[in-house]
Amino acid sequence: MARRSTPEVNAGSLADIAFLLLIFFLVTTTIETDSGISRKLPPMQDEEVVPPVIKEKNIFQVIVNRNNDLLVEDELMELSELREAAKAFLDNGGGVGPEACDYCEGAGDPTSSDNPVKAVIMLVNDRQTEYGTYIAVQNELVGAYNELRDRTAQRMFGKSFQQMEADFNDVRYTGNKDRLKEQIEQVRDMWPQKLSEADPKN
Amino acid sequence: MAKFNKKKSSELPAINTSALPDIVFMLLFFFMVATVMRENTLKIQNVLPYADQVEKLDKKDLVMYIYAGKPSERYRQSFGTEARIQLNDNFADVSEIQQFIYSERESKREELVPFLTTALKVDHETNMGLVSDIKMELRKAEALKINYTTRTGEASQNFD
Repeated sequence: MARRSTPEVNAGSLADIAFLLLIFFLVTTTIETDSGISRKLPPMQDEEVVPPVIKEKNIFQVIVNRNNDLLVEDELMELSELREAAKAFLDNGGGVGPEACDYCEGAGDPTSSDNPVKAVIMLVNDRQTEYGTYIAVQNELVGAYNELRDRTAQRMFGKSFQQMEADFNDVRYTGNKDRLKEQIEQVRDMWPQKLSEADPKN
Repeated sequence: MAKFNKKKSSELPAINTSALPDIVFMLLFFFMVATVMRENTLKIQNVLPYADQVEKLDKKDLVMYIYAGKPSERYRQSFGTEARIQLNDNFADVSEIQQFIYSERESKREELVPFLTTALKVDHETNMGLVSDIKMELRKAEALKINYTTRTGEASQNFD
């Protein structure tokens, strides 16, 4: 028998097969991670505990009714105005003496909140309210807090609050993490997110 | 005068494509590794609302998902159009949430349990009544860290 050299395997279609697989994985891939508004629910409380008394002027009431209308402090409001209204309330700093707020830049209206630590936003929604509306309202309120925190962080530490948190979570951050954590806590304590949600009314 | 125009061959040489499969395979492996297949088959409509004050929810293994919304088209016959909860692959009742949380905790390593987050993937048309019921059950089960999963965008789009 004559010795013949083995013929070379034709690899021309290899690329086609690989492309086919590639396209399949490209289509099925979801790389992006979920994102959303993080909140913490209040723990269950015993019935006997008496709720603390909060002054009326320290409460900012936001009601969303079954027709998805927004009632802020008993007045009808558009969603686009909510963030500014919430900021004005939190930033008011109307307190005097020990309750004064030295980092507020608001109007100092004595009929509005004393200081941000005391100020509570109360969100009431109806059982028929749409979830989308609820999220929009939550988003604006969280946005108000974030903007105020940003302002303070920018003034005290020269960078935004988001940047500080991102740095804290970044493993390659070279600065002092303990100090950064303290600074974040400090800003958080200045603008605590006091967002109370009442059980929905029917 | 010197002549600069060299003699050109009349046809272009073929481009060597022998490295093409290597490149394609490289991409292929990247996508194979990065792919996360959908874990649950959705039986409900799940159009998430928009929000822009969002935080990323990484560490997917520390997240429990609760879905809610109207049953999708082909389940309408048997389950109606009222918004329902979906846990794992099945429709569930509000009372089953606590059990679900406990069993999820059971399946995780003990030291990771405090870091568990519940992601609420709720359709934007759902009534708040159902969401409040879910939140009440989560409070009872002491799963207090929650995340309203949203799409990123202007919140005013929710009203369209």
